[in-house]
Amino acid sequence: MRQDQFEQRYQSVWDRLESHLSGLEKFRFRRSSDELPADLPVLYRQACNHYALARARRYSPQLVELLHRLVLRGHQQLYTRRGAWLWRFISFIAVDFPVSLRLNIGYFWIALALFLLPALLVGGFCLVDDSLIYSLMSDGEVSKMAEMYEPDNARPGRTLERSAESDFAMFGFYIFNNIGIGFRTFAMGILAGVGTVFTLFYNGLVIGGVAGYLSSLGYYDTFWPFVSGHSSLELTAIVISGASGLMLGRGVIAPGRYGRLDAIRLQAGRAVPLVMGAGLMLLAAAFIEAFWSASDLPNLVKYVAAVILWTLMILYFIYGGRGAGGTR
Amino acid sequence: MSVQTEMRPLTDTVRAHETPEGIRLELRLAGPIVRACAWSIDMLIRTILYGLIATVFSFFGGVGTAVMLIMFFLIEWFYPVLFELYNGASPGKKAMGLVVIHDNGTPISFSSSFIRNLLRAADFLPFLYAAGLLSMLMNRNFQRLGDLAAGTLVVYRDKELQRVRLPDVEGLRPPVDLSVEEQRDLISFAERSAQLSLDRQIELAAQLYPVTGKRGEAGVHEILCYAAWLTRGHR
Repeated sequence: MRQDQFEQRYQSVWDRLESHLSGLEKFRFRRSSDELPADLPVLYRQACNHYALARARRYSPQLVELLHRLVLRGHQQLYTRRGAWLWRFISFIAVDFPVSLRLNIGYFWIALALFLLPALLVGGFCLVDDSLIYSLMSDGEVSKMAEMYEPDNARPGRTLERSAESDFAMFGFYIFNNIGIGFRTFAMGILAGVGTVFTLFYNGLVIGGVAGYLSSLGYYDTFWPFVSGHSSLELTAIVISGASGLMLGRGVIAPGRYGRLDAIRLQAGRAVPLVMGAGLMLLAAAFIEAFWSASDLPNLVKYVAAVILWTLMILYFIYGGRGAGGTR
Repeated sequence: MSVQTEMRPLTDTVRAHETPEGIRLELRLAGPIVRACAWSIDMLIRTILYGLIATVFSFFGGVGTAVMLIMFFLIEWFYPVLFELYNGASPGKKAMGLVVIHDNGTPISFSSSFIRNLLRAADFLPFLYAAGLLSMLMNRNFQRLGDLAAGTLVVYRDKELQRVRLPDVEGLRPPVDLSVEEQRDLISFAERSAQLSLDRQIELAAQLYPVTGKRGEAGVHEILCYAAWLTRGHR
């Protein structure tokens, strides 16, 4: 068949496919309808066939290029995921996140050990010897830290210069800082996991050291009620971020039966629910830290709330999403 | 139907992906320089945004600071994600004619976009994307670490294709038998003739003097007639 005949016979197919594709490529709120046109797959397969024919018969480069673009656009529209954002978000929190954590619980325990062991060790030593903290932090940082939790500080958890800032401002700061740390902990996993291990270890050292030092100063009634509320979500989220980073690092170091690149990609995909979940937990923790922990409620109330939150969170991770779609 | 078995030279930056329908999609990869330009444009836009937000929200006290910091956070981590989901490329990439896709040719998904943009933190190390550049240079698909983990490619967006009609001349059967490749070359010449100067057309047509037996504009016309015959026969 000559090129002109070929074009005349099938131009209507291409035009129809083209008009469907231009419709689908519009931003979703500007589309006339959200439905996929019923004849799109058929038209697409026809266009694929025509493209193969045009190449094999050495039709003009222009025609081949035109069909190639049509096919490429069709491929992109046909093989994309669409819709149901809100539902996916809800089912992510209800099912995907806790299930992913349980599936990868080994990484979680390792991350927890990397964080908790140095924290307990250094915390214990700092409790006994209140000069040890100076080998972890500079003098300025230590005095700032002490100032934040002095018993006569009206706004525990903040330095004097920050005490004038409103709860809202601190909320913004916690989001910017803490979620950023969570994301970075994951990203550094690509450096063969070294970055993640370092972040976990370092955070364990500093957090343990500060807790031990402040306790050794006798600041129990300002420090512990303040951190108890958000500690469950914040510390667990950092460990979960660490677990996701370790997963990525595992792909780099020990790809197993996969090629290294495939292993990295696979592990990154599996780690995404953990990173997103940790991000959401840090968001909630920022809210609690800014508005609840900093409030002047009685310490007993704060402790009770902390126990309830810890319990709920642990139950959520043990039982959340169990049974949905045959998951463990 | 003949099977396509052409091999591409290894230095080429065209990557092919075969779809379930047995079609080869061709993707043209973008290199480090053009991507660095795109990033610079994005950085400029982001800096302006930071400046604007900081100025405006400094008038609103504590709540203003909160909104400002949250927006800083969102811009730092989700600015590229938002645009990649919306139209496949951040404004800088769009300006440079680039688009981010999966390595199988499908548009980027949330999860992939999230991974590749979070890993910017690692790519940026130790300064100005040195790790990312190293990864791109060691990888045949110019993928930085984030692209490797997400399975994405940055490719050139196709420019709008201008369909040209072949010059309307009478079809004329070529005096010699032509191979398929040669036929295609003739048609290609006819398609491109509108973009070539008359002198250049004559120059090219002169190479076929032994076939056409004509020189100058007559030679060009002769070849256009062959091309017309090849695409639509006598008319």
